Amino acid sequence: MSMNRREFIKIAGLSTLFGLGGKGAFELLRPGTLDAAVHHGEEHAPEEPAEAAIRWGMVIDVEKCSEPGVVDKCIKACHSTHNIPDFGNSKNQVKWLWRDDYEHTFAGNENEYMDDHVKELPFLCLCNHCDEPPCVRVCPTKATFKRPDGVVAMDYHRCIGCRFCMAACPYGSRSFNWFDPRKALNEKEFNMEFPTRMRGVVEKCNFCVERLAQDKLPACVEAAPQALFFGNLADPDSNVRQILRKRSSMRRKLELGTKPSVFYLV
Amino acid sequence: MYDAWKILVGLAIFVALFTAAFWMNAGKAAPVPEPKIDTPEIKKMAKAERKCVEDKHFMRTTHMQLINHWRDQALRDGNRDYINKDGKKYYISLQNTCMKCHSNKKDFCDKCHDYTGVSPYCWDCHIAPKEEPKRNEL
Repeated sequence: MSMNRREFIKIAGLSTLFGLGGKGAFELLRPGTLDAAVHHGEEHAPEEPAEAAIRWGMVIDVEKCSEPGVVDKCIKACHSTHNIPDFGNSKNQVKWLWRDDYEHTFAGNENEYMDDHVKELPFLCLCNHCDEPPCVRVCPTKATFKRPDGVVAMDYHRCIGCRFCMAACPYGSRSFNWFDPRKALNEKEFNMEFPTRMRGVVEKCNFCVERLAQDKLPACVEAAPQALFFGNLADPDSNVRQILRKRSSMRRKLELGTKPSVFYLV
Repeated sequence: MYDAWKILVGLAIFVALFTAAFWMNAGKAAPVPEPKIDTPEIKKMAKAERKCVEDKHFMRTTHMQLINHWRDQALRDGNRDYINKDGKKYYISLQNTCMKCHSNKKDFCDKCHDYTGVSPYCWDCHIAPKEEPKRNEL
């Protein structure tokens, strides 16, 4: 096919015109057809009710945690319930529930005149199940998402191991499986009612959604009911709301606007 | 044609090699798998109640879609109740519902999956039930 310059410019011009005006023409002749695909997706997005009926939250009484054995008991309960491997080094550590000190838990908010006693208390750290979870915003596959009851959950089937969420989480609550976790687990001690993870996915505390579904408390709360409290933050009469009314509490890195739902009583 | 003899021999060898898989396996069709449903949990059920969550034909042809749907319903929507066509309620869980009855992964899942050459990655994370080594007596 041969074409001279004049014809080429004509066709190019017409194509450009159609490209620029095409959407307008569609809107004019068949309104709504082009946007259908876009709106279709939005319909299926979970609509968040203005006032959720349930908003799970946790209150940690740090003084009570300092009693001997309490912290270890909670961590053990969590780890055995969820088949969490122990590789024996912090580089490959998988963290769901762990202990840290005041200085690191509340980095940036330290009060230098605070009683030394507080600085040595064991702070239990876990996923804060934020109201505005940054990990959910960055996840490219929607493998991590916020449930209507406030739990930031993960779908390991969809996780591609990109670790954006680990970079986004300001609390270090997410861990990457560098190795097959079953290598560091004792097969005889598997909790047969819960899966393990596989190499190459990110994991974190799930607020025991599988136990909540059966009307049970999270494993750590069950292990230390005197120190950890779990309940519905949306209900003004719930146990956690009553505690939070009576005592002053702290939350981690509030200045970031993530609105964590784990509260610490000191 | 130059070197006709060499070319024909080469061609013959090529065709023989290329179709070797067919010749070597001719007449040796793998037996149709028969997944076993003789686990202790299933034996405990009364004969009339010996049913999966849906009927046998549906489960055979559609269990993958059902499990896929179960996963999304349990994880995404947080709804772990499944109501089957007869109105009976089941708890949605691969490890705690499916595998409680079908505790013989090797004789149940693997049989057909191996036959059809599919390798689902369920067991990378989900823990398969412990299977006791087969006893000759009893």
